[in-house]
Amino acid sequence: MALKIVKGSIDRMFDKNLQDLVRGIRNHKEDEAKYISTCIDEIKQELKQDNIAVKANAVCKLTYLQMLGYDVSWAAFNIVEVMSSSKFTYKVSCSQLQLQSVDAVLITTIINSVSLPLVTQDLSSPNQYDTGVALTGLSCFVTPDLARDLASDIMTLMSHTKPYIRKKAVLIMYKVFLKYPESLRPAFPRLKEKLEDPDPGVQSAAVNVICELARRNPKNYLSLAPLFFKLMTSSTNNWVLIKIIKLFGALTPLEPRLGKKLIEPLTNLIHRALDLLYGMVSKKNLMEIVKKLMLHVDKAEGTTYRDELLTKIIDICSQSNYQYITNFEWYISILVELTRLEGTRHGHLIASQMLDVAIRVKAIRVFAVAQMATLLDNGHLLTGNMQRNGICEVLYAAAWICGEFSEHLEDPMQTLEAMLRPKVATLPGHIQAVYVQNAAKLFATVLRKQEGTTDSLAAQETSQLLIDRLPLFVQSANLEVQERASCILQLVKYIQKLQQKEVEVAEEVTALFAGELNPVAPKAQKKVPVPDGLDLDAWINEPPSESESEDEKPKAIFTKEEPKHTRPRHTEVDEKELARRREARKQEQANNPFYIKTSPSSQKVYQDQPGVEHIPVVQIDLSVPLKVPGMPMSDQYLKLEEERRQKERSERKKKEKKKKREKHGRGRRADSGPESEEDITPAHHVDIVTEEMPEVCWVLLQWPLTDNEKLPVRTHRPAEAVKSPVEAGNGESATPEPKKKKEKKKDKERKVDLSSLTVYLTLFFSHIVYDVQGNLQDGSQVVVSVIFENKTDHFLKSMEFNVLDSLNSKLQRPEGSSPHDGLAVPFQLPPGVSNEARFVFSVQSIVMPQKLKGTLTFIVKTEDASTHEKLDFKLHFTCTSYLITTPCYSDAYAKLLESGELKSSSLKLEGVIMPFHHLLARICFHHHFSVVERIDSCASMYSRSIQGHHVCLLVKTVSTQRVPCLEWMSSILESTR
Amino acid sequence: MMRFMLLFSRQGKLRLQKWYTATAERDKKKMVRELMQVVLARKPKMCSFLEWRDLKIVYKRYASLYFCCAVEEQDNELITLEVIHRFVELLDKYFGSVCELDIIFNFEKAYFILDEFLMGGEIQDTSKKSVLKAIEQADLLQEVCDVHLGLL
Repeated sequence: MALKIVKGSIDRMFDKNLQDLVRGIRNHKEDEAKYISTCIDEIKQELKQDNIAVKANAVCKLTYLQMLGYDVSWAAFNIVEVMSSSKFTYKVSCSQLQLQSVDAVLITTIINSVSLPLVTQDLSSPNQYDTGVALTGLSCFVTPDLARDLASDIMTLMSHTKPYIRKKAVLIMYKVFLKYPESLRPAFPRLKEKLEDPDPGVQSAAVNVICELARRNPKNYLSLAPLFFKLMTSSTNNWVLIKIIKLFGALTPLEPRLGKKLIEPLTNLIHRALDLLYGMVSKKNLMEIVKKLMLHVDKAEGTTYRDELLTKIIDICSQSNYQYITNFEWYISILVELTRLEGTRHGHLIASQMLDVAIRVKAIRVFAVAQMATLLDNGHLLTGNMQRNGICEVLYAAAWICGEFSEHLEDPMQTLEAMLRPKVATLPGHIQAVYVQNAAKLFATVLRKQEGTTDSLAAQETSQLLIDRLPLFVQSANLEVQERASCILQLVKYIQKLQQKEVEVAEEVTALFAGELNPVAPKAQKKVPVPDGLDLDAWINEPPSESESEDEKPKAIFTKEEPKHTRPRHTEVDEKELARRREARKQEQANNPFYIKTSPSSQKVYQDQPGVEHIPVVQIDLSVPLKVPGMPMSDQYLKLEEERRQKERSERKKKEKKKKREKHGRGRRADSGPESEEDITPAHHVDIVTEEMPEVCWVLLQWPLTDNEKLPVRTHRPAEAVKSPVEAGNGESATPEPKKKKEKKKDKERKVDLSSLTVYLTLFFSHIVYDVQGNLQDGSQVVVSVIFENKTDHFLKSMEFNVLDSLNSKLQRPEGSSPHDGLAVPFQLPPGVSNEARFVFSVQSIVMPQKLKGTLTFIVKTEDASTHEKLDFKLHFTCTSYLITTPCYSDAYAKLLESGELKSSSLKLEGVIMPFHHLLARICFHHHFSVVERIDSCASMYSRSIQGHHVCLLVKTVSTQRVPCLEWMSSILESTR
Repeated sequence: MMRFMLLFSRQGKLRLQKWYTATAERDKKKMVRELMQVVLARKPKMCSFLEWRDLKIVYKRYASLYFCCAVEEQDNELITLEVIHRFVELLDKYFGSVCELDIIFNFEKAYFILDEFLMGGEIQDTSKKSVLKAIEQADLLQEVCDVHLGLL
């Protein structure tokens, strides 16, 4: 026997080992098949020997041959035999033989009968690597029989002390489940445990297996969602995260609530990815990447995420001074595309990019100007929703670019018109200011063109256009707009005078805006050496007094005023200047066809007020820097600008040593004016007149949807029918807003039963009725009376009424309160009691309908406890609610129509089935019209707005279909219905 | 789940194959041949993912060697690409700047590394450290065996 072994070993020395085989095959490239067949013969000989080492060597070689694609199934029995040896190496090589592919039934039988005990023996081996190899091998040839027989063993291994074994056991369990599904149920609790295994390897294996299982039947794994959620938020292993997200992908369709939960962690992941993008871009791939991001922007559902994408796009493009942008036309187009986003908060970011690119990249200006002109032309699309006005900031940039680089405009006249549309008056003040200023620049350009063509009439018409339109801005509540508009208006009037004398003025007008504004690098100041003898730290003048330094606190947007003694002189000039303007304005208003008699108030305001200190000024919105054209808005540009200013200032200081101060006076005055404290009063004080408010019109207040399902929900259905807040919420969102007319039909007493409310359980709150009253004397105020009725059985107190102000409409709050404070309702409501509270709103423009969101908070006192509750609602100011029923005689009516001052539009209503006289009555009643004349099924009607706009309405029934056709003419340009 | 993984050279020589589902030998050969043709015909700039039969093929070329995985439709291609890369990293760490010849002559090691990394078509351990540790331990065992064998 011993001899035999020695002989075997000697033989072995001459045998080929695996290395030799591989080398041999490589050396016989021409006759590989022949060489391999001799090798196989040798292997067959080796397998016949008793020496297990020789056999193992043969099996090793077989594994290689099998890998190359040769059939080795004939050796299956030997392989299993070698496998049963106690030597690790052999087992490893055997496990690599992929027996599962051997299709003979014989082999399966062999495996089942022979390998089972062997494998089982290995499974319980004290050496973890033995067991590991057995498991690896097993994973390749699990049959249903093996799975059944080994399931319980493997399950035990899942709780092995060594993580190495545990993870393999977990993975192989998946194979077992597939072949022997009955094992899933008993093994599942243990598998679930493994999700929280301390070893990350085991954990990830368990995640893999469960994800695979869940993909096949997600429903069964819903209960694991919280566990996976925890893993997702805690795990740092990206491999595992990807799997879990995949799993959630399968689970969310089954459980919609999961989607909400996932938003936060997923967006975190996405942000990480977006951050990577930032570093990834190059000149080559930038456009591609941004294109992809734009697709995501289009698809994105949440505004926050969309905004995030938007800022990322801009960040990526603008990084290191637009280093990666090769085509700025493309970038401008991207920015223009981004303006189509509704409800974004980043309008100013886009605007600053537009400005920056247009200013710094000269070659792009022609293109940029063309794009901006289109934007201005379609400005109304951007201002559609004033409550979320973020995007209208881009109009700021558009107006400035069109004005500053107006020489590139194709049709400056059209752009000029677009800038002076009455709708512009609904934009935020700082934007209007830019509009006005740039309209003047455009005017200069247009004049030059028109005078060039010897068409002096056209030039005069242009001046007339400005003279017609600018008064709208002169009336603006925003001081900046007012100031610029009145200044320019006077200028244009003067120009017109000159034009009438046939004097060419274009050259001089253009000179007003001559010169180019140059960008300055943020660090430019550092490069300027400090001249000898200049001590930047020394005071030039005495430090300003305390009160003045306070004045300057509200952010140094304007150049800080240092010399104290120049101040009184400035105010003096201010006063004179303002007095002059006031005069001009008064004249304006007197001549203004839009002003008519309805607003004596504005004149009154000025008369009543003694000094310049009391001139009301709209609070300057500091989040957007300012009204100086060309000033970039984002923070970085603010800095840049500050730096530039600093430079200017230091230059000025230098000059000051030589020059007289008066020379600087004017410039200073303009800068320092708006900052002084007495000038700044809250915006809503601007136009308030404390006269009696005559009853004017009625409007509906509707309870809106609540954002949060847990909050009390309004519903049109009777409250009793509402089972739970959640259900009510769903039902609510499905209910379309009823048509205004129908709603009005319902409530003959002008009380709207819209608000049966559920407060959690079946606690019924109040029934609310309200109306809106305009103020004839003051076209800018309405009073909303709200009747609160407590329909609950509980005492309600501490009610606070709050409305989210829009740009156009603001709730009047007591002085000193912030624009977010609510107003206390001045009474408490015992059960069943109703009471009325009035709230004053200031309204800038009445030519557009308004919806204001608001909240009512209150405390419900029950026997044993009190809860704080909240109700969301919407106030709806329709345009017709600003109308006052005013009788009109037919001759006056005809004159009005002939005057040509009215703009007209028409509208066809279908599906109205009520008799014509009912319709008329309804229009009169609900929309405050009066019938001027009626002939058969045709009637002309008249009404006037609180600001004195005439509204003429022609109602006709188109005979064949009996469809009333409304034609209406109004001095209000924008039709609002 | 990964169905199979193939390693082949630019010349179309198969260097390693691992199947995670039972497939008949004949079908295997056919699939390997077909897939090699498809992948080798692709230009370097082309996408690393392609749809083939009912599977997704994810491949990546490292020097002269193509690593090619077939995954099911619902699987993530990117993670598969990561799997390939992680496998290459493991090989690289084990062999020390791995080359094709390492895999040719030590194919059983390559198999073993793969087995420690993937099991039954699933990732077994994502940690390079723990995979390499397992391989080292197994190597030690094997050396002990070899020494023992040499004594015979």
